[in-house]
Amino acid sequence: MREEKRISLKHYGLIDPDQIEDYLEHGGYQSLQKALSQPPAAIVQAVKDAGLRGRGGAGFKAGIKWGFTLQTPAEQKYIICNADEGEPGTFKDRLIMEGDPHLVLEGMAIAGYAVGASKGYIYCRGEYPYIVKRLKRAIEQAREKGLLGTNRFESNFSFDVEVRMGAGAYICGEETALIESLEGKRGEPRSKPPFPGVAGLWGKPTVVNNVETLAAVPWIIEHGATAYQQIGASRYPGTKIFTLTGDVARKGFCEVPTDVTLRELVYDFGGGVAGGKKLQAVQVGGTSGAFLPESLLDTPADLDSMAAVGGTLGSGAVLVVDETRDLVDLAVTIASFFKHESCGKCTPCREGTFQLHRLLEKISRGQGSRQDLETLERLMWIMTQASFCGLGHTAPTPILTMLQYFPDPFNNRVNSQAG
Amino acid sequence: MDKLQAIVDQYQKVPGGLIEAFHAVQDEYAYIPEEALRRLAKAFEVPLARAYGIASFYSYLSLKPRGQYIIRICKSAPCHVKGAAEVVKTLEEELAIRMGETTPDQLFTLEFTECVGVCAETPVITINGEPYGDLTSAKVKEILAQYRQPQ
Ligand SMILES: Cc1cc2nc3c(=O)[nH]c(=O)nc-3n(C[C@H](O)[C@H](O)[C@H](O)COP(=O)(O)O)c2cc1C
Ligand code: SF4
Ligand code: FES
Repeated sequence: MREEKRISLKHYGLIDPDQIEDYLEHGGYQSLQKALSQPPAAIVQAVKDAGLRGRGGAGFKAGIKWGFTLQTPAEQKYIICNADEGEPGTFKDRLIMEGDPHLVLEGMAIAGYAVGASKGYIYCRGEYPYIVKRLKRAIEQAREKGLLGTNRFESNFSFDVEVRMGAGAYICGEETALIESLEGKRGEPRSKPPFPGVAGLWGKPTVVNNVETLAAVPWIIEHGATAYQQIGASRYPGTKIFTLTGDVARKGFCEVPTDVTLRELVYDFGGGVAGGKKLQAVQVGGTSGAFLPESLLDTPADLDSMAAVGGTLGSGAVLVVDETRDLVDLAVTIASFFKHESCGKCTPCREGTFQLHRLLEKISRGQGSRQDLETLERLMWIMTQASFCGLGHTAPTPILTMLQYFPDPFNNRVNSQAG
Repeated sequence: MDKLQAIVDQYQKVPGGLIEAFHAVQDEYAYIPEEALRRLAKAFEVPLARAYGIASFYSYLSLKPRGQYIIRICKSAPCHVKGAAEVVKTLEEELAIRMGETTPDQLFTLEFTECVGVCAETPVITINGEPYGDLTSAKVKEILAQYRQPQ
């Protein structure tokens, strides 16, 4: 049986998140102090050596990203903590911020020191007003202790953090849409390049990292890059928080080394399928993730192993679907999500998500034809090729993998129909 | 509207603070009244059409009057498979309104939302941002009763 290893959740349930004293007693802000005794480039190098990759879905190497921003000269740079967490089935960032808000602030401050940023923003989704309160309280306490704000640690580095609240738009998790939203605009993605690391918030070099990524940084500074690099899958080292939802016996979460397999997640941590039913599918990575069959459960969950089987790691959400569920109905629900969340900036996604939903609904009602299924496939191909951003690229993934691994429910529904 | 002026004063100087200001307005009025939209557009020096475009972009913001308690039902896949439809049915029956509507006494509004990040306790609703999970019809009725009591 696999054991948990807690890095981002190291204090979860163990300290009082509203008391900075508690965090300090558990070694809090020691990593920041340690970082400040080294040159910024050494911190960037440590994060590179640790092999830390983004936990927000894309898996970009954090050290490389920080390096770009460190190397870009500017009077003002920013750190943005992406706490938009909009991927359905995902609540890992909430757990971190709820259980240990100072860990996130410490990670951000270290990042700020490493790249030369004096200001950080946490963009927290509007659905978490109670987390926003907690973060604001934590920031106040850190300022009172002289850990955030000006004149800290007798060093001349200063760093302050502000919390901003999202307003219910999934697309604002995409880093450039997030930046637009922080600037007070509609959250529509920008073209890249330039990447935020070079020109981000108000045109200034900006590091955007996921909550879980930043929460791993203090551990890396404390224990060293090598110790982190040796945990889990070699190309995607460290730990990952998985959230288990749907028809699993024990819904919940675990933080485990990244070489954990899907089977271990579903059976060891989740206790298998609820109610003694049989497994039909797991969807890994959130609503934009792939549906995978039982036969792939021994795949390690790290980003590259998942990609190798046509899957995704995404946010680490694992939705268990039992044998009784109607996948066509689930496909309609998922298509409705993307139709609602498409920002409308580009045609392939705005129209594509609309038609995807329309066609799937028609098929679900038993009124679809073989031709509709073909149109669906062509449409999804166009979306993956021609959309402007990741939302349009990945929206077809769940449907495409359903058709690949579970074609019967769809074929049966259209076969009943002539034409 | 003194309260509105206070919000304008608080956020006007905050870079990119328009959305924060919208949140503050909504906390006060449960929606963004036209008057507030106009005042904020002016304060942030954006055309009214642009301010409208921003407010209407975000599903958390409403330009329509709503009740005192906004009940949002998560309809994302994990809640969907765990019986969100049953919760919708109970709420519609208990409040005698349909999704998207407000009760005549202006107490409750029913809205759909996507995932609110409480997915280990599906199905989930939020009432003014407060999450309630592991819902059954009976539990929904109990929760409504609490909110119906005059406070
Ligand atoms: C449609 C869309 C939604 C996204 N949502 C999130 C999100 O909620 N949280 C997040 O951290 N990253 C999200 N991302 C990824 C971000 O664009 C970005 O890659 C990430 O914040 C970088 O941080 P990381 O390298 O630490 O993962 C999303 C991307 C896309 C295309
Ligand atoms: S792909 Fe979709 S979400 Fe992305 S820019 Fe185009 S319309 Fe907007
Ligand atoms: S899916 Fe409903 S709360 Fe996350």
